Formats: sequence, structure tokens, C-alpha cells
Amino acid sequence: MKEVIHTPVPDIEEEEYHINMGPQHPSTHGVLRLVVSLQGEIVKSLKPHCGYIHRGIEKMCEKDTYPQIIHLTDRMDYLSAHINNHAVCLLVENALQVEVPERVKYIRTIIDELTRIQSHQLWWACYGMDLGGLTCFFYGLRDREHILDIFEESFGSRLLHSYYTPGGLMQDIHPNFQKRVKEFIKYFQKKIKDYDRILTGNVIMTERTRGIGILSKEDAINYAVTGPSGRASGFSCDVRKHYPYSVYDKVEFREVLFTEGDTLHRYYARMEEMRESMKIIEQLIDNIPEGEYSAKMKAVLKLPAGEYYQRVETARGELGAYCISDGNKTPFRLKFRSPNFSNLGVLDKISREHKIADLVAIGASLDFVIPDIDR
Amino acid sequence: MAFSIYDFTSFNQAIDHALYASLPPVLAVIVEMTIIGLVFLVFYAVVGLFLVYAERKVCAFMQNRVGPNRVGPYGIFQTIADFIKLLMKELISIKNSDKLLFNLAPFIVIIASFMAIAAIPFGKGLQAIDFDIGILYVIAVSSLGVVGILLAGWSSNNKYSLIGAMRSGAQIISYELSVGLSLLTIIVLAGTMQFSQIVEGQANGWFIFKGHIPAFIAFILFLIASTAETNRGPFDLAEAESELTAGFHTEYSGIKFAFFFLAEYMNMFIVASIAATVFLGGWMPFHFSGWAGFNHVMDYIPPFVWYLGKTAFVIFLMMWFKWTFPRLRIDQLLNLEWKYLLPINLVNILVMAFIVLMGWHF
Amino acid sequence: MDNERLTERIRTLVPEAQLEENKQFLTLVIPADKFHDLAVNLKESEDTLMDYLFCLSGVDMIKHLMVVYHLNSTKHGHSVELKVKTENRENPAFDTVSDIWQAANFYEREVFDLFGIRFNNHPDLRRIFLDENWQGYPFRKDYVDEVNIVDL
Repeated sequence: MKEVIHTPVPDIEEEEYHINMGPQHPSTHGVLRLVVSLQGEIVKSLKPHCGYIHRGIEKMCEKDTYPQIIHLTDRMDYLSAHINNHAVCLLVENALQVEVPERVKYIRTIIDELTRIQSHQLWWACYGMDLGGLTCFFYGLRDREHILDIFEESFGSRLLHSYYTPGGLMQDIHPNFQKRVKEFIKYFQKKIKDYDRILTGNVIMTERTRGIGILSKEDAINYAVTGPSGRASGFSCDVRKHYPYSVYDKVEFREVLFTEGDTLHRYYARMEEMRESMKIIEQLIDNIPEGEYSAKMKAVLKLPAGEYYQRVETARGELGAYCISDGNKTPFRLKFRSPNFSNLGVLDKISREHKIADLVAIGASLDFVIPDIDR
Repeated sequence: MAFSIYDFTSFNQAIDHALYASLPPVLAVIVEMTIIGLVFLVFYAVVGLFLVYAERKVCAFMQNRVGPNRVGPYGIFQTIADFIKLLMKELISIKNSDKLLFNLAPFIVIIASFMAIAAIPFGKGLQAIDFDIGILYVIAVSSLGVVGILLAGWSSNNKYSLIGAMRSGAQIISYELSVGLSLLTIIVLAGTMQFSQIVEGQANGWFIFKGHIPAFIAFILFLIASTAETNRGPFDLAEAESELTAGFHTEYSGIKFAFFFLAEYMNMFIVASIAATVFLGGWMPFHFSGWAGFNHVMDYIPPFVWYLGKTAFVIFLMMWFKWTFPRLRIDQLLNLEWKYLLPINLVNILVMAFIVLMGWHF
Repeated sequence: MDNERLTERIRTLVPEAQLEENKQFLTLVIPADKFHDLAVNLKESEDTLMDYLFCLSGVDMIKHLMVVYHLNSTKHGHSVELKVKTENRENPAFDTVSDIWQAANFYEREVFDLFGIRFNNHPDLRRIFLDENWQGYPFRKDYVDEVNIVDL
């Protein structure tokens, strides 16, 4: 008698299939690859695969002098290029105990905030596009051009500026800088209302994102999700408030905090941050003190042997630079704690049991910049 | 009648009689059909190309851009250049795809839109075939297109395509109801399903005005449901380029992609035509009862212009909300239909029937 | 909790902990086998509550391999820097902390990828940036870069 072998028939309802989102996919904003396990349209789990543009920046830093490292930091989170520069500059200045002129601190703060606004503008543009509203994309990019024009006039480049140097700035700001920044603030205060009209108040957008991808405060801390994404969950993590650098201790601004932690509130957090950034710029732009644009620095910078940690608040969260120096002109080890890398870790957790469309919205609300993940 | 100068009925009949007089009946029918087919083919191509251009210009206008402006004056030849490019592109064939269905799908989609256009009256007498169940025919035929979309998604051997196709299937099954019911509201008012009679019935006022509020609600519902049926934003879940790269036509290239592309615009045109015909009087000029002079002036504008103007208006509305709204999610899409549009529609028909019974309409 | 009391606290838990002087943060070197229990204690205790692991770095100190944990308490605001070291370059391994701080999941994968330090009990220890069949661990000081990308 033949033995009857029962092969289990796979239950189609229960069966999961995998789909590769990326490395070329419109909504991963770069070369991130997400291997998504789906059941129908429901995301069961996902695994991020990064490293498509891993350049080994930390290893390269070990071969470069500190002023050279500045140029590499631009290429991590290219949308917060200035703020990345700021981290290394502060690290070197604190290690050498150089007092930078007040003028430099003011200018750096203003430019950091302009960088934050342009980064959030691009995020807003892409967020709208990921939700299917293509018009937002053009609105965002149109207004970002104004900031890039200001940057171009003062620093000669639009994306990767390398404008900060240890001790100060590469050159003084353009005489038009203050005038144009004030014009921009005036312009953008009008335009941000357009943003609200086209996307913030849109019932489709709010209903699609409310209650989607909820990240609790405990999880935000546990997964080290910083920046606007963490603050939307109530994790008070603004480096500008907790560990003020430059002139952030002299300006008044609000740390935007929400408790809901869903996609919609991550959106609100960034929108509010743009307004707060404008407030900071308004307080500083008329008060830039006269003086040198750079402190006197030695030709070759050698950090005393030891360990240094410097953090700044980029547009996406806390950027840490951890430096071990052995007294040479190059760092022994320089580690960047990049905000996007930690934020990526939480994507799997918060997008489970949601639909593909929600995954795209959650990804957009976490605002990834892939070169910053890979470094 | 006043607009008899633009009446094509006698012109058509003259051709008909001439053909039947000189040729055997079978041949005459074949010749007639060929002429009509050719006319529609040319019309189809022209409208398709123009709509693509119009959409790009409207979209550019919404987005503070200039839009196409290099090929020809104001870029009017841009779509022709694009079409030539698409014609010359390589047709990619995919491993492990169902070759027959893969190649068949674009044709099903385009044939479905081609068939629907036959019943639409462009002017008095300018109608390929005047069914007495015209509306039913158009609804039936235009929803055939989804078969092509489903086949395209299935045969591509691509998960993105399959998800897109399944979404499209679910979407059309749901929204077909609303399209049908909102048109039914007007059928109750008009008392006929024949397009020519529906248009005639609007000689002294368009149905959207004659039918009070229910007709207006039906128009809005039809606009929403038909946008969903043509897979256009904010209901473009079947393509959803930020989620599914391009949905059901991810794997198509060259002329096969162009077919899908053209069919999408033609479906939009057909849907807008139905809206214009059923709600806005079709080729019927705008008349105001009692204002004889005004009505007379209106009659001098050709019906074809009236018809195209109204269609263009509806198309513009559809483009407008495509370019301002973000996309819905699939469950919201179905909720919108089954929980909101369908109940509203059912109540609306009852109200309309009541109004017609009581004779409260104009 | 200030630095002295924090040191005291860690010393009572791990008597072998060595304090490193003149550092930006309170810095302690912890023996690898005691580290996991200490980490659990620091996270769970009400008065320390180190719930925020904000940086985890691998370092090749040539003599030994080292992993540096930067911890912070979001409630109390104090921070501490903990180091674990191993001289085993062939098969270095520490206990994972990804069960304590979820953020460590990715951080440890990065350290494994670039320094070759294994983390015991890690749920998903794979290379994160480099290819699965990459030979060697490029961030180590003795790594020979054949294509010479970094020196360019």
C-alpha cells in the first residue's frame, strides 16, 4: 500500500510575498532598498538594506586634516550641509579652546536656520509628492530656490558649501545678505500660508496620515529617533535647547513638541519648525555685530590627544561627532552619529500592519536622506 | 427649429441615400462603416494628442511652470514629437510573462474607449449610432477597459503591476455603481436613455438646472465617480507612481504604453462628454426661457462648439482636482464609495423621482 | 545624579570599572562580561534611568578593539560614556545591548560590518553597508585596502 503524502496547501490568505522597494523607487528618495513582506497590501515586516552609497567617510576622515574633513561632512546629509560643517567646526574649536568672534556665531546661527528651512521645504515638497500631490513638489522647490540664491551669492555654491571653517567662516557674507534674507522671510511668511492651504488643510492628507505610524515617546527614546520625528512623539531632544551652541541661548524659540507621534504630527512638527526658524532669523538678522569673520587659527590644526564629542541639531535630528585624537593633524577615529541612521531603525516597527501607501507616507514623514544613512 | 443651419441629419441622410443608390446594400454598409471608422480614428488621435498637451499646460499653470514651449509655437507640437518618440521606442518583452495577454491588454483598453465614443452625440445628427439605450451602452462599454488593466497587471509578471491592477479592479467595481446611479437620476428626469432625446429634452434648460438640487448633487457624484473610474488623480491608485512606480503599466514601453496613455485621456474625454451631454445639455445651446433674442444669438454658436466647450470645462475640472489633491488610500477610496457616495446616490434618486412625480421640475 | 554619585553607583555594581580622567563625559571602562548586566541596571533603575543610547561607536585602538556607548537619561539629564575592550582581534565578541536599547540593533550591525566585532544574541547580525561576501573589516587600522579607494 502506498503511503499517501499530504503536501500542505498554502493558504493564500496567509501567504506573504516580498517586494523590493528600491534601490530605484520613486518614494525612497535615493538608493535605499526596503524588502517588504506583504500580505495583500498589508505590510507585515520590512528590512532596510542600506549601503548603496557607503563611501566610508569616517575612514576617509582618518586620512584627512580637520579643514579637509569639513568638505566630507557636506556630503553626508547634503540638505543640512552647513549644520554638518558646524559640528566639526565646533568640535575643533572646543578642543583647541578657540573663542570665535561673535559675528561668526551670529552668522552661523542664521545660516543654520536658513539651511533648516530649505531642508524642510524640500521635505515638504517630497512629502506632498509621496502622497500623490505633485503640485506641492513645485511649490516647495520654487521657494527653496530663494534660499539657494542667497547661499550662492554669499558662498558661491548652492548645495555643498563647505562655508564654515574651524575658527570662523571661509569669507565674509555678501553685503546683500541681510537685505535678501529679510526679503526672503517676508516672502516666505506669505508663501507658507499657501503650503497650509494646499496640503495642511486638505482633508485627504489629514485623513490619510492621522493615526498612521504611531511612535510612542518611549519607543522614540528607545530607538533614538531624534529631530522633528522624535519631537512629534514628545521626546524633547532639541540640541539647540538642551546643549545650546553658537547663539541659540540668546534667541527665543519654541521647541515644537507633540504627543501624538503619528505621521500627521511629524508633518505638523516640521511645519512649525519652519516658522520657529523664521523667528530665530528675524531676531538675529538685524543684530549681526561687526568684527572679524574668522578667529586667528594656526596653519596646521592639531587636536590635543583625547576624546571629544560634539552634537548639533540638523534638520533631521541630532548629529553627533565623536572624535578620538592622538595629537596628530588627522583624527585617530572620527565617528558620526547620523540622525537618519537611527531614524531608519524605527521604520520597520511603525509601518507594520499598515498599507503600502502608508509605508510611503511614513517614510516621507521620517524624512530620510540616504547619504546620511550610509555615510 | 432655430438651429437648423447646423443640423447634420439631412446631410447624413443624403450621403446614405447616395451610397445605397449606387452600391449594393452590403457594400454600402461597409463603406459607411469605414468612413465613420476613419473619421473617428482621426478624431481620436487629434483629441488624444490635444488632451495630453492641454493637461501638461494646465498642470504647468497650477504649478507655476511654463509647460511645453519648445516644439512649435507654445509647444503645441510637443505631444506629436512625444508620440513619434514612443512609436520608435523598443518594445520590451519580459521573461515569464504571459505573452498573449501582455500584448492583448493595451488593445482591450483602447478598444473599450473607442467603442464608447460611438454613441456620443457631437451635434444634431452627428452621432455614429443612436441607441435607445445609449447611456446603458456607454456605461457597459467604458467599464470593459478594466479587463485590459487587469490583464496587463496579471500578465506582466510584476508584483507592482499586479497590485495596481487589483486596486483598479476593486475601484471600478465600486465606482461603476455610483456612475450608473447618478446617471439614473437624470434618466428618471429625462424619461429616456437615448442620447438624442436626452439632448432634445434640454432645449429649454439644461438638466442640471431643471432638476433642482438632486440634479446638481448627481452631477457632483458623477464627477467624483467618473474620475475614479478613469483612474485619474486623486483616485489614481492603479498607477500611484510614488507607491507602485507606475502600477499596471510598469512593464510596458513604446507604443503599447502609448495605448494605455491615450486610452486614459480618451476615457477622460468620454466621461466628460457624458457629463456634458447628460447634465449640461450636450450640443444644445444655452437657452433661457422667455429671452427670445438671447436664445437666438446663442443658436448661432455651432452645436459642435457648445459640445466641445462643455466637455473642455468638465475636463478642466477633472484636471484641476487631479493637480491639487493628494491621492487617497485604497480603504478610504472604498469607504468613500460604499459609505458615502452610494447611500447619497440612492436617496438622491428617490428625491428626484419624487420631484418628477409631483411635477416640480421646470 | 551627578558624576560622583554615578561613578559610585557603577562601582558598586561593577567593582572592576576603571574611571578615565579629564574627559568630556564621565567615562568608565567596563569588563566585557559584566557590561550587559550593568546596562540593564542603568536602564531600569529609577534614579539612573539611562534610556537614551545616543551613540555607539566601534574603535580600533590598535592594541585592542573597543566599543564606546554614550548613554543619556532623558529624565534626569545625566550622561555617561562606557567603554568595553577586547584584545582578541581574531574573534572579538561582546554581549548585545539591542535587547535593552532598540537603537543598538542598527548601531551594532554597523560596528560588526566595519570592525568585525560580533555581538552575542543579536537578533539580526548581518553586514549592513557592505556586501555579504566582502572580505575583511575596512575600518580596522590594519585593513589593507587593495583597490586603494580611501587613499585617492
